[in-house]
Amino acid sequence: MGIMKFLRPKNELESGGRSSLPEQQAPSEPDITCPNCHKTILISKLRASYGTCTCGHHFRMSARNRLSFMADEGSFTELFTDVKNTDPLEFPGYKGKLEATQRSSKEAEGVICGTAEINKYKCCLFIMEPAFMMGSMGTVVGEKITRLFEYATEHRLPVVGFTVSGGARMQEGLFSLMQMAKTSGAVKRHSDAGLLYVTVLTDPTTGGVTASFAMEGDIILAEPGATVGFAGARVIEQTTRKSLPKGFQTAEFMLEHGFVDAIVARPSQKKVIAAILRMHKEGK
Amino acid sequence: MSITAYDRVKTARDIRRPTAANYIRSMFLDFIELHGDRSYADDRAIMGGIARIGDMPVTVIGIEKGQNTKDRILHSFGAPNPEGYRKALRLMKQAEKFHRPVVCFVDTSGAYCGIGAEERGQGQAIAENLMEMMTLKTPVISLVIGEGGSGGALALSVANKVWMMENAIYSVISPEGCASILWKDADRAAEAADVLKLTAQDSLYNGIIDEVISEENLGTEAFYFALRDKIEMTLRELSAMTMEELLDQRYEHFRKIGRPLV
Repeated sequence: MGIMKFLRPKNELESGGRSSLPEQQAPSEPDITCPNCHKTILISKLRASYGTCTCGHHFRMSARNRLSFMADEGSFTELFTDVKNTDPLEFPGYKGKLEATQRSSKEAEGVICGTAEINKYKCCLFIMEPAFMMGSMGTVVGEKITRLFEYATEHRLPVVGFTVSGGARMQEGLFSLMQMAKTSGAVKRHSDAGLLYVTVLTDPTTGGVTASFAMEGDIILAEPGATVGFAGARVIEQTTRKSLPKGFQTAEFMLEHGFVDAIVARPSQKKVIAAILRMHKEGK
Repeated sequence: MSITAYDRVKTARDIRRPTAANYIRSMFLDFIELHGDRSYADDRAIMGGIARIGDMPVTVIGIEKGQNTKDRILHSFGAPNPEGYRKALRLMKQAEKFHRPVVCFVDTSGAYCGIGAEERGQGQAIAENLMEMMTLKTPVISLVIGEGGSGGALALSVANKVWMMENAIYSVISPEGCASILWKDADRAAEAADVLKLTAQDSLYNGIIDEVISEENLGTEAFYFALRDKIEMTLRELSAMTMEELLDQRYEHFRKIGRPLV
């Protein structure tokens, strides 16, 4: 999780204009080892390459940092920040965990939503936050995404969404499960209005998010090597007592089985998404 | 007094409990089972078809666990594969075409967990059902009769009316799974069942479901007679709504869950 710190936005502009908390102290080790090729990469280099290693490995990335290179500078207006988390079941330890996660991730919840321009094409944008309980979907995530689709339907805007999620948030019980139906309903209404929805599946996209809005895009992109699946690999292994095939539940596996349209490396994503938006532009 | 949440869990899973097939065959006339998703296979964990309730043609779909051990293996213990959800959606679309209401019986510990299920897009299949059910242009009732296990149960529960049997459970995760994550100890499932608020009574209180169905005389002729009447009456009420009202009512049922009170 240490990389999340290094990949935080450098300044306020990059964070989309939101006043950010005091900058982290420069890390004592200015480099990191790639878990794939085991080479050492300088943090500064990693920033310049959008958090990807020369070997192609994509490091996980904070939502704000992703936003900083995905949206045109100064174009992002964050929406629905007033949706606050609750503890609907008074689940043991949840309140404390939420507060600790807010402190460590410097985010209020697991997704940021807003309007943005991508190479001048206006859209609604959501980006999930891996550092916030691994992007798990509780009522706040569900509510914000639902509101974003309702807003996009009302304003006739396309939606671009980056998913990262361990699934539904257990601590909110059925309230979180129901967010799968709620978000899907809003996606369907947006779709029925003839509007475009592009999803980008990033590492990991699993569980209830896979089984709802992640898989509901008109066009589904994925980052190389991302884990994408429904049931957890370990659970499958334990239940079936079979060894899993090589590359099981990766973006490449999903592409091969027909569930992803294309795998797009992070440095090319903005260009590809802008091209898609351009081809679906309303009117002329 | 004091039936614990875990008592309900055990009752919901009891092998002697009526399964979807019992409900379907006891309440509906001329049931004709329709098989297959037209793309890959026929999933025996989901049974569906057409039948009558009184004079009204309906599409009925149930997650079937099986009646005995041998039967349970045949039905994958009621854990549907993607082709099961796709069969269900095919039958629901067919119902929409012929203006038949849909009645779903939900009873699963969860969607099938396996390599093939992932290869064939378990997540995508569930997601598609959630989306399509929300705008299905015909009345839908879903009744959780035993276990309502997470996304695998929700995939048949995007309905105008969601009901639960008195001893049914509905949960985002099994109490065993929750206990092993929370306390690294699956043996504390009883405590987990408590904190998950998975009983029918909790679900009603939390506004997740519309009604709890009494289990008095469960499985008897009188029980099925009363339930059939209730289903028929409710379908007639829903059928009297305009299409816009019907779809708005279904959307709002889910839209309100987790909406902050401002």
